[in-house]
Amino acid sequence: MEELITKEMVERTATGLSERDIREGKVITTTWKPNLRYGWDNGPALGRYLAELKNGRIIGKRCRKCNRILLPPRMFCELCWRPTDEWVYVKDTGVVNTFVISYIDWKAGRIPKGQRPFTPAVIEIDGASPGMGILHLLDEVEPEKIYIGMRVKAVWKPPEERIGAITDIKYFKPY
Amino acid sequence: MGLRRVAIVGAGLTKFYRRAQETPKELAYEAAKMALESCEMRLEDIDCVVLGTAPDAFDGVHMNGEYLIDGAGGKRKPYMRHYVGGGTGVLSPIHGWFHVASGMFDTCLVVAEEKMSSCYPHPAGAFLTIFDHTTEQPLYPTLIWIFAIEMNRYMTRWGLSKRDIALVSVKNKKNALDHPSSQVAAEITVDDVLNSEVMAWPVNRLDVSPTSDGAAAIVLAAEHIARRVTEKPIWIDGVGWALDTSYWCTRDLYYPDYVEVAARMAYKMAGIREPDKEIHVAEPYDPFSYKELHHMEGLLLCKRGEAIKLLVDGVTQRDGNLPCCPSGGALGVGNPIAATGLMKIIEIFLQLREEAGKRQVPGKPTCGVAQAWGDLMQVGTVVVLRR
Amino acid sequence: MALIERYQKTTEITYWEGEIPLNYIYTVGRAGERFFREIMENGRIIGARCDNCKKTYVPPRIYCEDCFARLESNYVEVSTQGTVHTYTVCYRAMDGSPHEKPSIIAMVRLDGADGGLIHFLGEVEPEEVQIGMRVEAVFKEKGEREGSIFDIKYFRPIK
Repeated sequence: MEELITKEMVERTATGLSERDIREGKVITTTWKPNLRYGWDNGPALGRYLAELKNGRIIGKRCRKCNRILLPPRMFCELCWRPTDEWVYVKDTGVVNTFVISYIDWKAGRIPKGQRPFTPAVIEIDGASPGMGILHLLDEVEPEKIYIGMRVKAVWKPPEERIGAITDIKYFKPY
Repeated sequence: MGLRRVAIVGAGLTKFYRRAQETPKELAYEAAKMALESCEMRLEDIDCVVLGTAPDAFDGVHMNGEYLIDGAGGKRKPYMRHYVGGGTGVLSPIHGWFHVASGMFDTCLVVAEEKMSSCYPHPAGAFLTIFDHTTEQPLYPTLIWIFAIEMNRYMTRWGLSKRDIALVSVKNKKNALDHPSSQVAAEITVDDVLNSEVMAWPVNRLDVSPTSDGAAAIVLAAEHIARRVTEKPIWIDGVGWALDTSYWCTRDLYYPDYVEVAARMAYKMAGIREPDKEIHVAEPYDPFSYKELHHMEGLLLCKRGEAIKLLVDGVTQRDGNLPCCPSGGALGVGNPIAATGLMKIIEIFLQLREEAGKRQVPGKPTCGVAQAWGDLMQVGTVVVLRR
Repeated sequence: MALIERYQKTTEITYWEGEIPLNYIYTVGRAGERFFREIMENGRIIGARCDNCKKTYVPPRIYCEDCFARLESNYVEVSTQGTVHTYTVCYRAMDGSPHEKPSIIAMVRLDGADGGLIHFLGEVEPEEVQIGMRVEAVFKEKGEREGSIFDIKYFRPIK
C-alpha cells in the first residue's frame, strides 16, 4: 500500500511532553501572566438593556422591516442591515429552547462532588420574536426534570443588589 | 469564471500531541518542510505563503501570524494570515487557492499551526472570550456548554439516542489507529463512550476531541507547474465559505445553515448536482461525535435527520458507500484547532491519490469533500477536490 | 432614524468591565532547550550555522529562515563578547512609574554570529554607552542559573 506520509516521517517531527515534565522542570519554560483587563463600551443599545435589567425589566428593540423584536436589543438589524426602530419591553418569562447539564466549569475543571451541576439554557423570551433566545442559567429544578419546551420565569436579585448586568437575573426557574 | 486551475501537489503533517515541546515556529517548520520535500520543491520555488492559526489566545502570542512567518517559510515573501477558528484549516487552501487561481502567483505554500498547550489554566478557558463579554461572559460559559446545547437540540429534534451517536467516536477513533499523526486513536465500544465521564450532558468525555498541538502544510501549484511536479495533481474544483451571526441564541441550532451555504457555493463551482452520489469520500469536521452527523446533513450528503441512518447502516465506514472521516478525524487523530481542517484536506488529497496506506478507501475515489467549522457555531468552509 | 444617537446625559455612557483570565507557560522548543541549557550549565552561548547561506543564527533555531535547511546538527559556539549594535535608555517602568535608576537596553551583536541578543547593559553609565562599544556577557553564578535569559545578568564594557 502506497503511503506518502509515513509513521516514521511523522514521529520525527514533534516531541510529546506530560504535565509532569513541565511541572518538574524537565524542559525549560517561561511563564507569563498577562494583565488583560478591559472596559468594553456598551453602546446605546446594550447600555439601555443593562439599565433596564437594573430596574428589573427586560427590553428589546424592533426592526420594522422584518418585524422581529430583537433581544438583546441592537442599534441595527443584522438581517435587514438597517437601523432598528422602537424599544419594546418584553416579559421575564420564556420557554427553554435547549439546555445542558454541565459538570465542568469554564476552566475545564470538574465541579466539586455533591455540587449541583450547571444547567445553562437558551431561553426564548415571551414578547420577543419566536426563536429569539438569550443564554442564562436554570436553577431551583432538578437537572433531570428539565426538558425542551419547559416554561420558566426569571428570578431577580433584590433591587439593592442589582448593578446593571446580565447577572441581575440570578437564574430562571420553572413556573 | 476566468480563474486558473489549481492543484495540491504536496503535503506534510506533524505528530499531534497534547503537549509538544516544540515552539509554534518549530511545529510550522516541520510541517512545511515535509510538504516541500514531498513534492521535491525548494523554498525558493514558492511564490507566496498563507498561514492559518486560530485564536492568538491559545498560543499566547499576539500577532501570531507574524510570529510564525519564518517557520512557515514566509520571510520576505507575500504573506497573509487568515483565521476563522476551527474552520481555518479548510479556509487555508481556499486562501491559497485564490492567490494562485487569480494568476498573481504560480505556487503557494499553505501552513496551518496550533499550539494550545501553552494556555493555562486550560486551553478551553480561552474560549471564555469568544462569548459576548457583557451579556454572556459573566455567566462563565464554556465551549462544551455550546456543543452540548447544540447536541441536545439536534438529538431532540430528530429523536436520536446517545447510543447511536456514540458510533461516530467508535468509528473515528478506530480509523485513527492507522493515521501516523494520531494522538488518541483507540479501539473502543459504544458502552465505553456511554460510560465515560459526563462532562456536560449530553456530552461524555469520549464524545469529545482532545486539545492538541500540531501543524499541517500543503503546496499549491498552477496547472502548468502542477503537471511538471507530480503525476497525480489533485485539483481544487470547488471552494465555499460562509459565516452566520454571532447572535447564536437567535438561530435554531439543529441545522448548520452556514455549512449548507458554503457547500452549495463549492458544489456549484465544481459542477456537482447530486452530492450524495457524486462525492466518493468525505471529511466532515468532527470535534464532537454528533458534529459529524450534523455536518453531513449541512453538506447535503443526506437528508436532514438521516445522517444517523447512514452511520448505523455502516455506509460511512471506510468500506461503505460514502466513507466519512477515514483519517480518524478530530476525534481520533487530534484537534489542533487550525491544523485539523488542513489535516482533513490532506486526507482527501491522499485518498484520491491512493497513497493513504492502510486508511485507503477502496473503489478508486475520484471526488472528495473536506469541511471545517468554527467560532461561535458560525463558520462553514468547504473544499471539493478531484483527481 | 440615524444610527448614532446623541447621549442626553453623560451618566448614560456606560461600559462593562471584565478581564481575560488566562496565563501562559511557554516551552522554549528544541533549539531553545539547547541554547538555555548551554547558558545554564556551561556559561556558553550557542548559535546555529547554515552552511548554504553562511549565516550563524543567535539565538539558534532548527531551520534556516532563508533556505529552509535543517540546522539541528549544526549548532556552534559563539563568543560571549560582542558589539553594541544599538541601545536605548529607559526611565520608566511598563506601568509608567519612574525607575530608581535608568536602565540601558541594548542589542548586542555577538562575535561570530549574524544575530544578537537584547539585554541590559551594566557597570556603565548611560552617557558612556556608544554604538560600536565592545561588551562581554556577565553570567550569574552557576548555582543561581535557572535556564532563563536572566542567567546572563547583563553585558558590560570590555576593559
